[in-house]
Amino acid sequence: MSEVLSAEIGAGRSTATRVLTSRGAVMWYLVLAVVIVLSLVVPRFASARTAGFLLLDVIPILMIALPMTLVIITGEIDLSVASTAGLTSAVMGVLWARGMNIYLVLAVCLIVGLLAGAFNGFMVTWVGLPSLAVTIGTLALFRGLALVVIGDNAVANFPRGLTTWATSKIGTTGIPVFIIIVLALIAIFAVVLHLTPFGRGLIAIGFSKEAAEFVGIDVGRAKFYLYVATGLVSSMAGIFWTLRYSSARSDNASGLELAVIAAVLLGGISIFGGKGSIPGAVAGVLMIGVINYALRLQRISDVVLIIVTGTLLIASVVGPSIFEWLSRARHDRRVHKDLTITANTPLSPAS
Amino acid sequence: MALLRNARRFLVATAATTALALLVTGCSSAAPPSASGNASSAPAANRSITFIPKQLNNPYTDVVLGGGKKGATAAGFAKSNVVGPLEASASSQVSFINAETQAGTNAIVIAANDPDAVCPALTEARNGGAKIVAFDSDTNPTCRDLFVSQVVAKDVALIQVELIAQQIGGAGDIAILSATANATNQNEWIKYMEAELASNPKYKDIKLVAKVYGDDADTKSFQEAQGLLQAYPNLKGIISPTTVGIAATARYLSTSKYKGKVALTGLGLPNEMRKFVKDGTVTEFALWDPAQLGYVASFAGKALLDGTITGKEGDKFTAGDMGERVVGANGVVIVGPPTRFNKDNIDNYNF
Repeated sequence: MSEVLSAEIGAGRSTATRVLTSRGAVMWYLVLAVVIVLSLVVPRFASARTAGFLLLDVIPILMIALPMTLVIITGEIDLSVASTAGLTSAVMGVLWARGMNIYLVLAVCLIVGLLAGAFNGFMVTWVGLPSLAVTIGTLALFRGLALVVIGDNAVANFPRGLTTWATSKIGTTGIPVFIIIVLALIAIFAVVLHLTPFGRGLIAIGFSKEAAEFVGIDVGRAKFYLYVATGLVSSMAGIFWTLRYSSARSDNASGLELAVIAAVLLGGISIFGGKGSIPGAVAGVLMIGVINYALRLQRISDVVLIIVTGTLLIASVVGPSIFEWLSRARHDRRVHKDLTITANTPLSPAS
Repeated sequence: MALLRNARRFLVATAATTALALLVTGCSSAAPPSASGNASSAPAANRSITFIPKQLNNPYTDVVLGGGKKGATAAGFAKSNVVGPLEASASSQVSFINAETQAGTNAIVIAANDPDAVCPALTEARNGGAKIVAFDSDTNPTCRDLFVSQVVAKDVALIQVELIAQQIGGAGDIAILSATANATNQNEWIKYMEAELASNPKYKDIKLVAKVYGDDADTKSFQEAQGLLQAYPNLKGIISPTTVGIAATARYLSTSKYKGKVALTGLGLPNEMRKFVKDGTVTEFALWDPAQLGYVASFAGKALLDGTITGKEGDKFTAGDMGERVVGANGVVIVGPPTRFNKDNIDNYNF
């Protein structure tokens, strides 16, 4: 709403101002503020170990949050991400236990992710079913397949080199090496969403599917690509999960989809579509990760933790709505006043 | 104007989030930081012990932890904490272990949800000087100093097979309703049960027709019990080697037409099972005293920190009121034999 307002007032706002006051930027200020406060308040929070453990905890959520942001921006959803990661983990365990070359195993895992995503995409775009229904179905389906693949077994003896690499840190900074891959993913998704016509098309789809179709955007194909990307990245998260915990099991990453969606919404991506940014989503993930980590460090029960996460989420969804309502009310009042003034003065040529 | 408004919004949001962060972490920040850094160098008077159960809010776990806290005080630990996940999934315990590593906790007592997933984190804790005692459910033996086991796994399995055989008259179809598909101890017992049913001629007329998993969730276990009886109309008996499972199954049976006709046994808490024993749903079930498990684990942690034992076979330590315990092969300490509970003796127990 404030964008509309300022546009009416005039083109007074530069790009820099717009970026610095955007929802995504505000989320980053909040993350920084929370980190500073926690460093002062929570003993041991400000340390290299925190950086390491915290980032390792959030990496899977952070990875999946990227394609999820794009999916939610188009007004769709993908609830099957965690199950895709679990299925990947199961496939990885079984193939490795059968003695397949580990790099071949990883390649097969990525293909599993691609196929899982393509299946979702096919059902949503060509069959035309609502994504909520499709992905609730595949949430159960993929988890079920994972159980079929690996059963109640767990495979643990992955190559030591790979498992230690997954948790290794860059020098003494405490920052996991794997974060480099995540940063590359962040860059790719940020460029796609914010700097390409395809990305702008996604936002247009989220605003109005019909309008987007009218201006020549292939809505079906765009959505299909998004689901494939989500599947692929979910399988990467599944691989990371398996290596980090050096355990391939059918229940790996279960429940992760809710953490991802919560973080994305907290990052200012509108659940109704058409609004949001990659930096915002990253900040949302970090916000939840940082608060969770600090609470655990203080040995505060997980019960409190889920209450805090829930409250933050509701605040992040309700907050902007209330703000919008307030500024609209103010705007209406001003317009009303302006109208009464113009009604009492002679008409002038259009300004 | 817009910039000003946005700045105000940002300030309000920052203040709100900061306040929230302060509120949730501040309440326990008054506690002095415990000995950080090298955990093993802490003087005996300033030692801390942390229990990480499979999940919180589980009645069985609460009894174990009650014993653990009592043991920790008796063993002279300055501080004892309980942290843990709300869901018994494989990887959920890792971030709790990490937080304890960072807090410099001297002894970590853990019931592993997955023997391998917790290993890298436990190894890191050990490198920091912490002593690791597994209890209830073992980790991979390479990542802990000791495992405090309820009873000999085989005895637990045999007593349950014996009970069900008595109750169904030595012939008929039976099923197992277990915890999660990956639960270390349940799977070990089930393995022994299957071996005993297959090898002992006394049980040749008993057929194990199904194994289902209630995930140690009450509702899921209840539904699985319901499903079993619908799928196997000839079912004579159910073994549920988990306290959540047996209580949920008993609740289903007691209100169904199968009450008294389908036998139920397994491992249960007397307080939860009392009314089902009295109303005739359950004839006899078994368990050890879970509080002793936590109690012995605390003293094992103390002995390891004192350096009086290292966890090798033949090591001896005194577990307070419970007397001397000997470390067996693979660093396993046995607490005691299982007890049978029936309508004649159940009122003598309160846990």
